[in-house]
Amino acid sequence: MELTLGPVAYHWSAMKKLDFYARIADEAPVSTVYLGEVICSKRAPFFEREMPQAIERLQRGGKRVVVSSLAEVMLNRERQATADLADSNDFEVEINNAAGLYARGKRPHRVGPFLNAYNETTIAWMAGQGATHVCLPTEMPATAVALAAKAAQGLGLGVEVQVFGRAPLAVSARCYHARAHNRTKDNCQFVCEDDPDGMPLATRDGTAILRVNGIQTQSESYIELLAELDELRGMGVTHARLLPQDVDMVAVANAFDAVLSGRIAPAEARAQLGQGCPDVSFSNGFFYGEAGYRHIQRRAAG
Amino acid sequence: MTAEDFSKAGELVCPAGTPAALRTAVDAGADSIYCGFRNATNARNFPGLNFTPEELQASVAYAHERGSKVLLALNTYPPAGKVDLWREAAEHGMRAGVDAFIVADMGVAQHIATTHPGARLHLSVQAAASSPEAIRYYCENFGVRRVVLPRILTIPEIKQIKRDIPCEIETFIFGNHGLMVEGRCSLTNWMTGLSTNMDGVCSPAADVTYDREADGSMSSRLAGFTIDRFAPEETAGYPTICKGRYNAPHRPDGYYAFEEPISLNLGRLLPDLMAAGVHAFKIEGRQRSKSYVRQVVSAFRRAVDDIREGQAPDIGDLVALTEGQKETQGAFKTKKWR
Repeated sequence: MELTLGPVAYHWSAMKKLDFYARIADEAPVSTVYLGEVICSKRAPFFEREMPQAIERLQRGGKRVVVSSLAEVMLNRERQATADLADSNDFEVEINNAAGLYARGKRPHRVGPFLNAYNETTIAWMAGQGATHVCLPTEMPATAVALAAKAAQGLGLGVEVQVFGRAPLAVSARCYHARAHNRTKDNCQFVCEDDPDGMPLATRDGTAILRVNGIQTQSESYIELLAELDELRGMGVTHARLLPQDVDMVAVANAFDAVLSGRIAPAEARAQLGQGCPDVSFSNGFFYGEAGYRHIQRRAAG
Repeated sequence: MTAEDFSKAGELVCPAGTPAALRTAVDAGADSIYCGFRNATNARNFPGLNFTPEELQASVAYAHERGSKVLLALNTYPPAGKVDLWREAAEHGMRAGVDAFIVADMGVAQHIATTHPGARLHLSVQAAASSPEAIRYYCENFGVRRVVLPRILTIPEIKQIKRDIPCEIETFIFGNHGLMVEGRCSLTNWMTGLSTNMDGVCSPAADVTYDREADGSMSSRLAGFTIDRFAPEETAGYPTICKGRYNAPHRPDGYYAFEEPISLNLGRLLPDLMAAGVHAFKIEGRQRSKSYVRQVVSAFRRAVDDIREGQAPDIGDLVALTEGQKETQGAFKTKKWR
């Protein structure tokens, strides 16, 4: 099973992203890096000029580069950006909206986690339309992942599951970052840049529960499937996705790589991860078909 | 599949959570009624709600005798291993003689399109198709004849989409106002372990508690999480995750981070929507009572008939429906909603 790095969901400055990808290129044990703006079309121009540079840097570092498309496509500029990306022959594309599927036609592409590939029938349909790889929705339980992975494998598709990072829980047409500052989406003044790991939302009695990232709502805790990697591999999942958070992602990738290669036990890797992500709690409930926020203690094998 | 007529613009599409509500909607003048089975195959899988296959059959007969159509919602996403439940539901729907299937999952759409080539498919709001390209994808691949648009577009945007698609448009005009893009929301699953997409569940009642706090305030909770807290004189609202009040660093005193508890009411915009090319108007509320259905359907029936006859509708009745409550025209009126 290979490790991948998913697209940055947040509005990081171009400089921050360039530095981030340079370090990933040199040091992170991931085979594939997804980049591109997936959440808010207003942010895309800020990295447009630098993106080719980041791609080249990653490729020189031996990474396979995939560009991901927007999850929500509504405005003309979003339709255009999606069509342009889908038309590209310069790099592999991961499509996150049916508008992208329409533009791509039967040319090869990857299916992103926002396309709702929940079952074997849908995956078979997508394979027939040129999909080469599918990232399953984050909320799928292990029982369904196993069957979907088997189907994907039988069709010769790569199959990917998120194993680290905040869970993407919802998108909206409304920008909740702007709303929190009494602004609207059109006049947001890019206030989301102030929160490189999302804006925390707590319940009225002080329990941190969600994060706002522009039009996206995420979980407060990070998904962490270190102890489940072996089972995922056994199911036929070919790729494990790390979603970038504002922490040392090289250290995160190293911890997952160490478990995958059998160098250390999941518990030890988790302790390392905890040190690198202070004030973060971890969840794996979705995997076990439980409430996503939960952390289920995995029973010993046998 | 019967050959009920879908050609008349201004079709009123009304909710029914029970056979009795369906008969009420038919009698109140609904052109179409949408409903679902008592399981995960539809997005209102609530206890005590929905139809058995036998009830659906009798209900379709009742509707057809009175010139109304029945649309079956199969608009959730089957997880791998459970696809058969959705296929059986499609079979039951065919046997009952429903006039259309409302679908979201590509696998479900393809299954019905290939096994029942004559069946009429509507694309559910749960598919989140909000551009001409996305809509055309479903039309060209599965023969979709109507799209239910997400509640995120302005009327000029709807008009632009209509010019670029080969199918009818249905929009929500009244009822509960969802804030998240439908079919892309896992908030309920994060807190409760039941999924909106896979189980058809949203902020389920079984996980709801109302607790009186020491200071006299009332907390409404979902699976133990405080979704809102109300002063003693306030009426405690239902803890829907996207309608709750939360604290953020800039908003330490609690605010509606997503949206207030508010109802969509596009009564005033009906003529504009028709002029923009909207073919069918959908009323939300399969979980609502018979008397609610009767009142809302009757009021919109009169308004749509007025517009069809070229008269300005009397919107008094429509405005009265949400009197005393907060209402919104949502995204339809202005981009500022976003």
